[in-house]
Amino acid sequence: MSRSGVVLAPPRVPGCPGENGTVNPLPTWLPEPVRRVLTPPVWTWLSRGLLAGLRSVLLAIGTLTTNITLFVLFVVSTVLTVAGVGIFLVPLVALGVRAVADLDRRLLAQWTGVEIPVPYRPRPAKAGIWRLYRWVVTDPATWRDLAWLVLSIQLVGLLLIAPAALIAYGIEGILGVPVLLYFVIDWYGYGVFWPMDNLAEALLSWPQAAVLLPAGLTLTPHTLRWFALVSQWLLAPTRAAALAVRVDRLTQTRTETVDAQATELRRIERDLHDGAQARLVAVSMKIGLAEELLARDPEAALRLMAQAREHSGMALAELRDLVRGIHPPVLAERGLDGAVQALALTVPLPVDVDISLPGRPLAPVESAAYFAIAEAVTNAVKHARASRISIRLGYDQGRLLMVVRDDGRGGAVSDGSGLRGIERRLAAFDGTMSVASPPGGPTTVTMELPCELSSPRTSPSSGTA
Amino acid sequence: MRVVIAEDLALLRDGLIHILEAFDFEVVASVDTGPALLPALLGHRPDVAVVDVRLPPTFTDEGLQAAIAARAQVPGLPILVLSQHVEQLYARELLAAGVGGIGYLLKDRVSHVGQFIDAVRRVAEGGTVMDPEVIALLLARRPDTGPLDVLTAREREVLGLMAEGRSNAAIAGRLFVSEKAVSKHINSIFSKLGLPPSSDDNRRVMAVLTYLDQ
Repeated sequence: MSRSGVVLAPPRVPGCPGENGTVNPLPTWLPEPVRRVLTPPVWTWLSRGLLAGLRSVLLAIGTLTTNITLFVLFVVSTVLTVAGVGIFLVPLVALGVRAVADLDRRLLAQWTGVEIPVPYRPRPAKAGIWRLYRWVVTDPATWRDLAWLVLSIQLVGLLLIAPAALIAYGIEGILGVPVLLYFVIDWYGYGVFWPMDNLAEALLSWPQAAVLLPAGLTLTPHTLRWFALVSQWLLAPTRAAALAVRVDRLTQTRTETVDAQATELRRIERDLHDGAQARLVAVSMKIGLAEELLARDPEAALRLMAQAREHSGMALAELRDLVRGIHPPVLAERGLDGAVQALALTVPLPVDVDISLPGRPLAPVESAAYFAIAEAVTNAVKHARASRISIRLGYDQGRLLMVVRDDGRGGAVSDGSGLRGIERRLAAFDGTMSVASPPGGPTTVTMELPCELSSPRTSPSSGTA
Repeated sequence: MRVVIAEDLALLRDGLIHILEAFDFEVVASVDTGPALLPALLGHRPDVAVVDVRLPPTFTDEGLQAAIAARAQVPGLPILVLSQHVEQLYARELLAAGVGGIGYLLKDRVSHVGQFIDAVRRVAEGGTVMDPEVIALLLARRPDTGPLDVLTAREREVLGLMAEGRSNAAIAGRLFVSEKAVSKHINSIFSKLGLPPSSDDNRRVMAVLTYLDQ
């Protein structure tokens, strides 16, 4: 059960075997004899090494073609600034560099798990070539990109080509190509024997390959990762830039949160004023009148008392609804786990609930999580024409993961007011929401909230990268 | 009848004591915290207890937990649970033992003193009383799922009233049919839900539980 939180995490590395130290089962398409020889750990190591080799080669080709070209263009256009043409060319080339860098950011994140955030300052609102030029040139990220162009070209040989070549060379040896070529071309060589002088030296290519290939397979995933880390060093925002982005984000979410809270308080005030408060006034009026009438007309007094009780009942019901909207009592009493189960029971559809939380988040986070789930469920009930809903709740690597899924007609848009409300609620806690809702369904709303849990149990080993 | 009361708000506790004593109940203990409740229930073995769900020190569901714990030790110990809000989840937990003598009502219902006293008595006699709001929530759910598909609309209606803790006579009065017709419906419900013949009270609880579990 406690693993289900991990399952919940969207697969960050689709189809990449052996990421995060996991072991992959043997795929079914392997022929039976091969399956019998291989064990899952060996298969994982093998496929991981080969894949990293292939990716290293692709990356090397890309880097050597685009990065060198872009570097030359960059230098040329910068020099041409003196002639004036550069004012037009520099932004153009810089945007080209950014496109390539963005591609590398995405690929490296997918291939190695090294996340490289985008550092660029927001594009100026008004167009105009001078503005554009200034925007590009004054952004330190532009010059760090340039440094990356230079450095990445230098590192291609060592970190990408050499390890991949080791694999290729090892495969060549294992396949017996040197032995074959020894008979065909007399000057051929392999490993330490160059050229091979006799058959023994040719045959020795096998034990050499048996060392070189595993070394290459083991090394390549690491070298690819090192390349990613070097790229991260230059392509990720500097601390100052990251803080600037963070401050922008915090300012925005704070404004939204304060707005939302003020609106909410206003609504509560209005509800109390027009609802419970007004009813209680009516109750006390009726009781007062009954008091007056008690001696003269006991029957009328009795009627008034019954009405007063009815009104107080309505006031209580309204207060109950209001309290539920502010902070559901069951959430206070049972935490997120119990509250979500209670929520599931009130939905007029079958709901599958799967919760595995090793502890409780802090109350404000719990509340945000609850209302986000409740809103997603309400949406599913109201709009999706679903016949079944599932709610999954897990915790993995400092994030509360919430997935609400329905089998309805899909086509939900994430900027609808309900979903937008969820996003705002979560954003106040740096949480995120994503909606997958193809036409025809199903709709999956995935929400994440970074948070600490109280009294966490020691979780099973989950190899953190 | 001897009663134990658990309620932390003095105003409400005094009100409850007032009402119960006015109807000749003897309040043998009134406690205002969760930890004091279980010993009081087990020590006094009251004929019925009236318990608030939320009590100090944690102000969560101590009252409910104490009620369930006490009934685990003394099956069928009659307890009427009161709360500012009702949850199907709690109703289910209270009924899970499958033994009667249990009630779960909104605090609002106390204002209908006559009906409230009636509910306390029914619980003391081993009956099951669920708040109409719990029942209303159930009726709002889609009817074409779960084990209750097999029941007719009338039978579901009868089952809902049964869950509120009404007697056959009261159900008959409410639905404008004879008591005989009601007991016919009830027998049909029992057999359709596959409830084995046992004491009538117990079967009523089981039927209500099936109702809640749909």
